[in-house]
Amino acid sequence: MGVAPVEVEQPRTGQDAALDAPWVTIVWNDPVNLMKYVTYVFQRVFGYPRAKAEKLMLDVHHKGKAVVSSGTREAMERDAETLHGYGLWATVSHDS
Amino acid sequence: MAESFHPIPGGAACFFEAAQAGVIRSLVSQVAELVRSDADSGPGTEGDLESELGLSGNAEPPDDPVLARLLPNGYRDDPEASAEFRRYTEESLRSGKVASAEAVLASLPPDGGEVRLSEPDCQLWLRALNDVRLALSIRLGITDEDDDLMDDLSVSDPRSAYVWVYQWLAYLQDSLLEALT
Repeated sequence: MGVAPVEVEQPRTGQDAALDAPWVTIVWNDPVNLMKYVTYVFQRVFGYPRAKAEKLMLDVHHKGKAVVSSGTREAMERDAETLHGYGLWATVSHDS
Repeated sequence: MAESFHPIPGGAACFFEAAQAGVIRSLVSQVAELVRSDADSGPGTEGDLESELGLSGNAEPPDDPVLARLLPNGYRDDPEASAEFRRYTEESLRSGKVASAEAVLASLPPDGGEVRLSEPDCQLWLRALNDVRLALSIRLGITDEDDDLMDDLSVSDPRSAYVWVYQWLAYLQDSLLEALT
């Protein structure tokens, strides 16, 4: 298996040129995760107050998705990985 | 009505009948096995440095729909970025899910009884119960939260028993959340 050196940051091209634009973590609605659980995870993972966590949960529930955090690409990938650990359906995307 | 979790100092507790403990242990073990066995057959088993560092994981999304839900893509419309994300995160995600399952198996006696959980164990139980519910939802074909599952399955369908289990686990998970908050 040919593998690029893992420690080397791959040059980002094209749409990634706008380095200052933040990245976001999006959580998508699914029919399984309990509303109470999703709120709890947002409070626990991000330290959001209950009201903010509940609003985000309701956005996910009613609008199908919500942006739950924003920042660098690396930080968003960490957030997505953490949310996957809780079983939430999260993706990273560039906030354009 | 089945027993539910209630708060105790420093955690939560619940009584389980032997049959209930058996169902949970069986399902949790199956999820752990699925998450673990697929990883063992993947390309990350060469025992090289990358593998030891957890960096040579599979980049391909799983074929099994249950695994695809438990180990989802990190990007929605970018297979290349998803593959890269998976390569760096999937192994730790898998081991986290196995650890949650093992915490449940370690604290839930096969013969049932009173289970008293510390707060950290409650966290692992929440995740493990959720993983089992996610797995069941895929196997049961649950695509809509308003689905009346019983209407969709005849009583002779072997899956109908799991509809009840799925709903019971939601009830248990809900009670555990209530006990923690």
